Amino acid sequence: MKDIYRGTLVRLCDESPEIMAKAFAKWDRDTEQHRLADSDPAMLLSEKKIKEIVEKRAENKQSAPFSIRTLAEDKLIGGVGLWVHSWSHSDAWLGISIGDREYWGKGYGTDAMRLMVQYGFIELNLRRISLGLHAYNERARKSYEKIGFKMEGRTRGDGLRDGVRFDSLWMGILREEWLAAQELA
Amino acid sequence: MLDIQTQLFEATDIRFGPIDHETHPEIESKWTHDAEFMRLLDLKPVRPLSPAMIKKQYEAIEKEIEEDKNLFYFTIRAREDDHLIGKAMVEWIDWTNGNGFIRLGIGAAEDRRKGYGSQALHMLLRYAFGELNLYRVTAVVPAYNEGALRLFQKFGFVEEVRRRQALNRDGQFWDLISFGLLNTEWQDQARA
Amino acid sequence: MKDILKGNTVRLSAMNHEEIGQAMSAQARDSELMRLMSTSPSRLHSAKTSVKFFEKMIEKNSPAEYFFSIRALEDDRLLGDINLDVINNWSSRDSFVGLGIYDRADWGKGYGTDAMQITLRFAFTELNLHRVTLTVFEYNPRAIRSYEKVGFKHEGRIRGGLIKDGKRWDMFFMGILHNDWKELQK
Repeated sequence: MKDIYRGTLVRLCDESPEIMAKAFAKWDRDTEQHRLADSDPAMLLSEKKIKEIVEKRAENKQSAPFSIRTLAEDKLIGGVGLWVHSWSHSDAWLGISIGDREYWGKGYGTDAMRLMVQYGFIELNLRRISLGLHAYNERARKSYEKIGFKMEGRTRGDGLRDGVRFDSLWMGILREEWLAAQELA
Repeated sequence: MLDIQTQLFEATDIRFGPIDHETHPEIESKWTHDAEFMRLLDLKPVRPLSPAMIKKQYEAIEKEIEEDKNLFYFTIRAREDDHLIGKAMVEWIDWTNGNGFIRLGIGAAEDRRKGYGSQALHMLLRYAFGELNLYRVTAVVPAYNEGALRLFQKFGFVEEVRRRQALNRDGQFWDLISFGLLNTEWQDQARA
Repeated sequence: MKDILKGNTVRLSAMNHEEIGQAMSAQARDSELMRLMSTSPSRLHSAKTSVKFFEKMIEKNSPAEYFFSIRALEDDRLLGDINLDVINNWSSRDSFVGLGIYDRADWGKGYGTDAMQITLRFAFTELNLHRVTLTVFEYNPRAIRSYEKVGFKHEGRIRGGLIKDGKRWDMFFMGILHNDWKELQK
């Protein structure tokens, strides 16, 4: 059987909360990373607090969080996860962040996304996966489109930073679309 | 201009960082024994605290951050070796009216008078105005805190309220001064 | 010794959390009143939520917080409330006072002024405070006049501290020192 956690550049892992907290604490310092990946105000939480959050998240049965490690050096470079927003609708939100900027724009994020989407459809048997991104995050949008996400909407000015309003984009991928794409591959 | 690249938390000699539950309680405990510093930072009576009590304070701070969502707290570190030199925060945020209170202090005596206060205030204002999008911030300063008075005046804060004899310390009454800075004023300064 | 909880038209009494909770919840429906009293957005609370809020206050039983009901001397009717909070662990003997008369039919009759005068006497001769502070909104001239009459002095304004109906308003600070008050009693 295929190893569903292994891609071409990365693999999805389970990480100890201590290690994950240390990594998040380090990446939290990077404003560009934060402003690409996150909507909430940037915060510098203690490792102790982040560890508690990571542990709570792991206990949440509606979530499937993973860490991302490179195949080549086994380096921890980010995190990705699915949050089932409704089991009865079989729909989940996907979130990804590559915390280490050395690995931006080189296909690592796209590879991790591919694995996560596959997990959602093959293991969780979801019907669809949704995601949101800031309109100014071109790199992410291209990556998601490559995987098969379709643009579904735009909420106007729902972000505000440095006095500038920006839009959020909303994308989704349906099970049938994804299966069809796998057939062609 | 939406600037996603300029670091919010890095300045020339200092940076903002999180609380370190392992090493900070001991350092902060020492600061609470420095009554001169505590009388500049806090309006409540001076009270020396043990590291265990500081740890409890940190837990209360983190609980408030998580539950009330109107407190944003940072430790100030030296960039060189990351040692703890102070704290900075935006607190008592009234979201619907867009107001927040700011407070900061350089605790380590040897780290004062080096311009770190200015660097920290600059970061704190960018955070309050550029990340939290507040309409205005307020700083409450006792009249005897000349360092703070000078710092806020340097940054263009306006003296808005003077509560007469609102503080009683060292056998004397002191006024409490509220300084205010609007987001638009801060933006004008940045452009100038 | 004088009965310092009694005034000319009103008296201060303990808060009854059930009664106040009910009154607050009814008052919350008067959005004009809420805008005069509170910086928070107007909200509708069920009586149960309001009662719970005051129950918590009773449990907390803080020695620094004094919460009084204002009752008419004539018929003991509940008119409103006034509260005094001593701040910074009593060290500087400064406090904040907050006042509200619930029913607009009771406004402009001197009840608030009377209650404030009782409270100031209480603050200065029973709690031995050094000063009492209050905040009042720029768009509440009636309250501002009443506080001036009772001896509060203007101490400044927080610029644009409030936004109501899409407009920015200032929040005024007023304060009265023990000496200010003593002079007025002469």
